[in-house]
Amino acid sequence: MRTLTDLSRPVPRPEPATQADDTPTLPRQAPPHDSATLHVTGRARYLDDQPAPANALHVAVGLSRVAHGRLTRLGLDAARRAPGVVDVITVVDIPGHTDVGPVFPGDPLLADAEVRYAGQPLFAVAATDFTSARRAVALAEIEIDALPARLDPVAAAEAEEWVRPPHVQQRGDWQRALDDAPHRLEAHQFVGGQEHFYLEGQACLALPNEDDGVTVHTSSQHPSEVQKLVAEVLAIPFHAVTVEVRRMGGGFGGKETQAAPWACLAALLARRTGRAVRLRLPRGDDMRATGKRHPFHNRYRLGFDDADVLQGGDITVIGDCGHSPDLSEAIVDRAMFHADNAYSLGQARVTGIPARTHMPSNTAFRGFGGPQGMMIIERAMDDIARHLGEDPLTIRKRNLYRPEHDVTHYGQRVEQIGLLHELVSQLEASSDYWARRSAIRAYNASSPVLKKGLALTPVKFGISFTAKHLNQAGALLHVYTDGSVMINHGGTEMGQGLHTKVGQVVARELGLENAAVRISATRTDKVPNTSPTAASSGADLNGMAARNAAMQIRERLFDFAAEHYRLDREAMCLENGELVAGHGEGERRIAWGDLVQAAYLGRVSLSVTGFYATPLIHYDRASGQGRPFYYYAYGAAVSEVVVDTLSGEHRVSRVDILHDVGDSLNPAIDLGQIEGGFIQGMGWLTSEELKWDETGRLTSDGPATYKIPTIGDTPPDFRVALLEGHPNSQASLYRSKAVGEPPFMLAISVWSALRDALASLADYRLSPALDTPATPERVLFAAQALRQATATETSHA
Amino acid sequence: MIEFYLNGEAQRCASLAPETSVLELLRTVLQRTGTKEGCASGDCGACTVAIGMPDQAGGLRYHSTNACITPAHQLQGCHLVTVEGLARGDALHPVQAAMVDCHASQCGFCTPGIVMSLFTLHEGRREGRRDALAPLDDARLEATLGGNLCRCTGYRPIRDAARRLDRYPDVRPPWADDAALADNVAALSDELESDGYAMPRTLAALHDVRRQRPRARLVAGATDLWLETTQRLEAFEDVIDISRVAELQAIDETPDGWWIGASVAYTRLEPLLETAYPAFARMLQRLGSAQIRNRGTLGGNIANASPIGDTPPVLLALGARLALEGPDGARELPLEAFFLDYKRTALAPGEFIRAIFLPRPAGDRRLEVWKLSKRREDDISAVLGAFAWQEQAGRLHGVRLAFGGMAATPRRAEAAEAALEGQPPDAAAFDAARQALARDFQPLDDVRGSAAYRQLAAANLLERLRLTLTHHSPREVCLDAYAH
Repeated sequence: MRTLTDLSRPVPRPEPATQADDTPTLPRQAPPHDSATLHVTGRARYLDDQPAPANALHVAVGLSRVAHGRLTRLGLDAARRAPGVVDVITVVDIPGHTDVGPVFPGDPLLADAEVRYAGQPLFAVAATDFTSARRAVALAEIEIDALPARLDPVAAAEAEEWVRPPHVQQRGDWQRALDDAPHRLEAHQFVGGQEHFYLEGQACLALPNEDDGVTVHTSSQHPSEVQKLVAEVLAIPFHAVTVEVRRMGGGFGGKETQAAPWACLAALLARRTGRAVRLRLPRGDDMRATGKRHPFHNRYRLGFDDADVLQGGDITVIGDCGHSPDLSEAIVDRAMFHADNAYSLGQARVTGIPARTHMPSNTAFRGFGGPQGMMIIERAMDDIARHLGEDPLTIRKRNLYRPEHDVTHYGQRVEQIGLLHELVSQLEASSDYWARRSAIRAYNASSPVLKKGLALTPVKFGISFTAKHLNQAGALLHVYTDGSVMINHGGTEMGQGLHTKVGQVVARELGLENAAVRISATRTDKVPNTSPTAASSGADLNGMAARNAAMQIRERLFDFAAEHYRLDREAMCLENGELVAGHGEGERRIAWGDLVQAAYLGRVSLSVTGFYATPLIHYDRASGQGRPFYYYAYGAAVSEVVVDTLSGEHRVSRVDILHDVGDSLNPAIDLGQIEGGFIQGMGWLTSEELKWDETGRLTSDGPATYKIPTIGDTPPDFRVALLEGHPNSQASLYRSKAVGEPPFMLAISVWSALRDALASLADYRLSPALDTPATPERVLFAAQALRQATATETSHA
Repeated sequence: MIEFYLNGEAQRCASLAPETSVLELLRTVLQRTGTKEGCASGDCGACTVAIGMPDQAGGLRYHSTNACITPAHQLQGCHLVTVEGLARGDALHPVQAAMVDCHASQCGFCTPGIVMSLFTLHEGRREGRRDALAPLDDARLEATLGGNLCRCTGYRPIRDAARRLDRYPDVRPPWADDAALADNVAALSDELESDGYAMPRTLAALHDVRRQRPRARLVAGATDLWLETTQRLEAFEDVIDISRVAELQAIDETPDGWWIGASVAYTRLEPLLETAYPAFARMLQRLGSAQIRNRGTLGGNIANASPIGDTPPVLLALGARLALEGPDGARELPLEAFFLDYKRTALAPGEFIRAIFLPRPAGDRRLEVWKLSKRREDDISAVLGAFAWQEQAGRLHGVRLAFGGMAATPRRAEAAEAALEGQPPDAAAFDAARQALARDFQPLDDVRGSAAYRQLAAANLLERLRLTLTHHSPREVCLDAYAH
């Protein structure tokens, strides 16, 4: 039996990503996305592309325009009489559960008496076409007695308006460490939310079955939860509901819990009418009705010594959870778990407060609170550096987790510290940080308006669901008699290349070409009780389950072959489409297809389920201590920006990234995750601004007003590399590491570089406040504040 | 009845509502679902398709457009190409092959739109078109793809795919084998028989139809009007499409300047502006996206009378005039007299803009145009400043400072102009002008910027102007100039 490590054949590395104006080169032997050809030819089917029976109905949902109030009248007669309308439902038409809260209750499928956010679904209309349904929605007479809306999460936190109780993680005597420290600083910051802006909006198609059941096609990261909620809403057993997800046109967390309500509405209307029902949200409704990345208000009080090394302190993070718990407890927890990022806080207390407001229920989004938590300590690193006149990189390096300072505030020992230091040093050198630092100082000294900034920020991101039970996965593997292999697993494909990676795993274990293995849609009747595809865990968990299935079938075939062909069982392997037994003159090779056919005739089962559960992890909420993460993924980025201090406009001119994916499963896919995550993070921190009016209505409700990055925002000089030679220290899938979320936070380097450029206005002696997103407006006001502070200083001097 | 070709096949569609979009026609009537809806507002590019129109050389000239806000009736006499129409069986089109090889799709939902934007670029290069032949540098790719949002990749692999296009064998779409296609498309009627949607070909015909249908909505590029149906679900009972009125499509040169027909699309203006007013041309690259610039018109941007339209401030600074026509005859009007109040214009009932007069640049006149927006590409201005002046004997003359985003209409800053007129371009004069700006405007708070930001940023644009007038190169004081 070979060991895990032996099996992790080295995968050829890609050349570093392209540099400015160079002709690009391609990573070698990294199979493309398994749907790539379907994508580029328009043949890949998304939810709304699926053919449906000709009599299918289309649904539009009526949303509240009031953030908080009592629903006193819902006049739907005109909507019912409108052309094409077949059915109209409100909360009283729901036979089963009316609450679709995923973990804790609090999410009414349709509003009852109380309206809790602008955008909340009140009723749904099914009509013969989409436009008729939408026009009928507009005919509803809605009367809501408005009540005061709570829109400020800080005020909510002070009033103890929480969706869940606050949580504390504490290690050592933080108060004493703070009191005894020679230097103390404190600051607060606002970190804005983020709209997912998956290109494919929320969508589903529900088909009534011949019995009491329903088959639901949905664009969801969590088919098992959709199955559960649809069954509960319809008051039927889980086995009467089958949920299928072929692919999503983007998810990013926005379809982890918040795809389910639409599936429930469509399923209910399908059961009531006996017809197929399509539901897709127009972009504006999608943006108004669904939750976003949590905005956070963070605060730190930290003490440090004369060498700028943290001694301890106190950090508070307040998450704006919106009106219901959804996943907010775990999200605020993750913000707390990452309030240290890659630095030893010393003796520290971290408090998380999940504040309740009259907003859509904010939800999972790539990083899951981690990015918002990291922002506070990265702000502190810059502030400390300015306070003592050091370069922020020097301070960051000095405070990294290190021997004897390797335990987090929640009690987990940080492994691979050597990797972290090596990664930062390598990037420091390869990005030419110090030479560029000097050049930028010189440029800024003589440039009247444009100022450049530079920053290196690291990432340490914990991998595992912090809800322990979710760290499991299943797979179903069939070998057909022509030798082709079908693998199903519980993970969903949202563009991240999960199916490609899992297919590679099975092909590798069975010694087959990738094309011999196919992955079909994720279905709850193939693999049951699955976890969401989230927490970057898709490949880690489902790849392991698939590998487990493949290893079982391999062992079964080896047993069969040993007996049937009278071969030496010990020396068998599968490679290049053959079973190989024996060595040298005694070697026998049997084609995979022949082996499978013989096994079938020999009445050997060619179907198997696989399973995996992550070992070692635990976390005790009562004490706030444990080992919530199986391992950490690391990375670092250096960003250089140019700021126009008269307009606040800015551009990212160069980015260098070095990222740790352990031994990469697919370098091309991993690079894609790193680059895409970085740009998405950059959008979050710079141009993507959520705006509400004073009554709590979203005003940035479409791409005309909510600006995600475009191709021109991609740095002209973008150098991305995978860290070489550091397999995962834990026994993960071929010693690879998760890659979905960690790179997102590399973009904090852009924000820090903006602060660096601004700091030049005050000769790097002041640390500018810069809430996010750092729009031109915020950057201009920050520049203005620094200029005024400097002028005041000068006049006092 | 609309007659057109779709991926080389003749199509006849009857009884479409006037507000039907190309996207709706494709997805719900023709069941071609390769083209995606991402926003239905012309902002994300997922629905990008290529429309080929007969050109004077007897071929078909393709441009990209957002199918979601392109009226289906505008397909009359065109060749519509969608993502389904590029590959030859298993042989991918170069654009598609490059995208696969570069790992340029992840979730794939934006991919059909990106493929079609790159397809129009590729076709343009095959035909040797001036605008397409420029090197495939970052600026060219941004101009082509700035209106195609991708949420997954971060664009680097898409950029790489675009740069590799020339390396692939020139696999042509199957319909390219049909030598008669361009002739067949050109042979389709240029008359549209359709209830509720008129598409006159001459000014005289436009006057006729306007007289018969006085309540009809006028549409040219539809880049704004169509949002009323996709976002607000309006049903248009009666539409008059002016996009093919020959006189409105003309650019007439006179000794003093150019009369630009009201339905000339922005893209067609580019060559003229690059020569006459490079600062205007540069700003135009940031107006909407390629898809929008291919359809949107100067006439629409003015008639729409939005306070944040990008071209009106420039035209105000340049002293543009309008030629209006209506039931009571024709008249000319300075552009300044056209904007009365928020979305209210001097157009009399039944009147429309025939042409816009762009004065020829005088030797010593200078123009700067600076647009400020949250995102550089495909974003609407928070503030747009357009400044024209000449310097004589060290003093500023003929100062015209026009702003968008600062008031209910695009407007000149008269007090600030007065503060600069006849003054040397020194700090004192510009201080006075910046202070005067606070008297000129009381801007609004909205989603694109606070009143305080607009006021400060507008004043700072005057400071930028001062710096450019006094020994600083634009590269030193303006980020856009630095970066390009």
